[in-house]
Amino acid sequence: MDNMSIPELAELLASGEAPEYIFWVGCAGSYDARAQKVSIAMTQILERAKVNYAILGNEEGCCGDPARRAGNEFLFQMLAQMNIETLNGYEIKKIITTCPHCLNTLKNEYPKLGGTYEVVHHTQFIKKLLAEGKIQLENSTKNGKTVTYHDSCYLGRVNGVYEVPRDVLKQLNIDIVEMKRNRTTGLCCGAGGAQMFKEDEKGEKRINQERVTEALDTGADVIAVNCPFCLTMMTDGVKEAEKHEDVMVYDLAELIIQNIDKP
Amino acid sequence: MLQQIAFILVLAATFYFSFGRYRAIYQNIQLGKGDLSNNNPSHRWRNVLLVAFGQRKMFKRLVPAIFHFFIYAAFLLTQVELIEIIIDGLSGNHRVFASLLGTFYTFIINFIEALSLLAFVATIIFLWRRNILKVPRFHRSEMGGWPKLDGNLILIGELLLLIGIFSMNGADGILQQADPTHYPATGKLFISSAIGSTLFGGLSVGQLIAVERFGWWLHLIVVFGFITYLPFSKHLHIFLAFFNTYFAPLKPRGEMENMPDIAQEVRIMMGLEEETGDVSAELPAFGSNDVFTLNKHTLMGAYACTECGRCTSECPANITGKKLSPRKIMMDIRDRMEDIRKNIKSGNPEFIKPDLRETQKKITPENYGDGKSLFDYITREEIHACTTCQACVEACPVLINPLEPILALRRYEILTESAGPPDWLPMFNSLESSQSPWQIPEPRNKWAVDARSSS
Repeated sequence: MDNMSIPELAELLASGEAPEYIFWVGCAGSYDARAQKVSIAMTQILERAKVNYAILGNEEGCCGDPARRAGNEFLFQMLAQMNIETLNGYEIKKIITTCPHCLNTLKNEYPKLGGTYEVVHHTQFIKKLLAEGKIQLENSTKNGKTVTYHDSCYLGRVNGVYEVPRDVLKQLNIDIVEMKRNRTTGLCCGAGGAQMFKEDEKGEKRINQERVTEALDTGADVIAVNCPFCLTMMTDGVKEAEKHEDVMVYDLAELIIQNIDKP
Repeated sequence: MLQQIAFILVLAATFYFSFGRYRAIYQNIQLGKGDLSNNNPSHRWRNVLLVAFGQRKMFKRLVPAIFHFFIYAAFLLTQVELIEIIIDGLSGNHRVFASLLGTFYTFIINFIEALSLLAFVATIIFLWRRNILKVPRFHRSEMGGWPKLDGNLILIGELLLLIGIFSMNGADGILQQADPTHYPATGKLFISSAIGSTLFGGLSVGQLIAVERFGWWLHLIVVFGFITYLPFSKHLHIFLAFFNTYFAPLKPRGEMENMPDIAQEVRIMMGLEEETGDVSAELPAFGSNDVFTLNKHTLMGAYACTECGRCTSECPANITGKKLSPRKIMMDIRDRMEDIRKNIKSGNPEFIKPDLRETQKKITPENYGDGKSLFDYITREEIHACTTCQACVEACPVLINPLEPILALRRYEILTESAGPPDWLPMFNSLESSQSPWQIPEPRNKWAVDARSSS
């Protein structure tokens, strides 16, 4: 593993430096064991590309998305105000996040509450780094593997980003196969709207089962995701279908770090 | 002269019977809160042109979109013929545009006939898709009874209308030769002349006149019938689609409506804002449990909905067998408005809120209270099943947003009733105490500390 610094904002400022970007890690990226690996992969990418960034560390709090979508506006406003106080206090301008729910809340909902920032999703930032040559991918020949890309609702339908992650995947020298429902008609993994934190309502099956079946039908070796909640739902679904030995579920950042040109 | 009187009577009856219904729908939409937003009109007109006129979102499903387009285009252009019919009907003339417009008339009527033929085919295909092919989205639980009959009635009405047009034009073509003074030349109408010579070739002049009049009156009666029927029907979308796309919110799709009262209260609580003093003792209700607290655009959407079910067929909860159907949410909102209007119209003081019955005698939307709410139409299970994935919002061809009322109901449940799925309680508690949805004792930055030390 690289020698990682993962700078925290308060320490960085104490040493007289100011970062250009905040990497907004999110709750899943901080606490969920699987999503932590995505956070690490993203910090590795940022450090390889020599991006001047910092995390908020313990000063970051939940963006409030699950509270707001569950209907708990009081709680949402509390969480949002705390974060906006922190971000404005540090005069933060630019934010990168690995969670499309955080992306949506910070980008589209905080402005009305007094917090206006330039917020990008990590797949967008990775595309920029690749285009600028800040990171290079191994010029490997095709290894015959195929990947299917699962659009998260909050990056895709909600924020209109469909092609950027696909453009990044195309640079990985692997074949992309699309699921039947993709882009604007991509099927939800089942976690949004605070469903992640409750049991499903009664039905014939769970939503992630439906989506994983569709992903497995493509015959892909890898399911690529861009959201920590999709990561959980798709991983669980693959395991339930007993395909976890054959099919891997990865966030785009992880696929990049697996294929990055070693210095 | 007799026909002119009959025409005026039919016209008057149409206005008389439909006006009240259209007014009731307008009033029902006004039951909602706030105003319909009208900022940035150029963007809004663009939406109307692309989405309503241009049917852009319909074309995500190519086959139904093409057939729907035939009916839609025929409907739009037939209005030219309808204007002529109204002028003829009032003045006692026959085909007043024919001599005025000359060859252009020949062209436009030929064009209308071509579209009408395509619309005829499309209507038959739609009847077949609905009743024989049984496309799944037309057969969900909310699509029995009236919604099913309504869908078929419209299609049968369309067939009658088209039969009217073709018998009128077909007989007219032959009469033009027999009696050129009363039947001005239209030029060759390719489709109706073929129909005319095949079906009506052997008829006497008297019989031809009867067929022509039958077609003319059938066309007219069906059109006037439609005007009267539409406000009772899902088919109202032919008008409201335009209004609904115009008034659709322009904010980012992912932005939930802010609640400034709560934002302010939280800021005061956190010491970020001074208390202004005028704190009301009464606890306000938050979110929505009835149409009075939904946005006007949502209520308009309920009337603009033609129950096509594209939303429901894309809904992940519905696809996996849960009770939620976004279409049903919109239909329930419309049913609720209809019930409220019926009760207000009845004048029965039982529908005044109990605490106001003493002092107020006349029912108004402000004092209305029948002891029911939207939760008598929409179950908790339905709103709890939503993943807020916006598939329904994306799918709607006329920019209806079924997610907005779902989230408004959730807000009511949590904020006003302190109810909601019990599973969410630990999440709320944890968010409140540790700003994370999971109750984890470790500090938030532990992953980074560990990564640093192991590198």
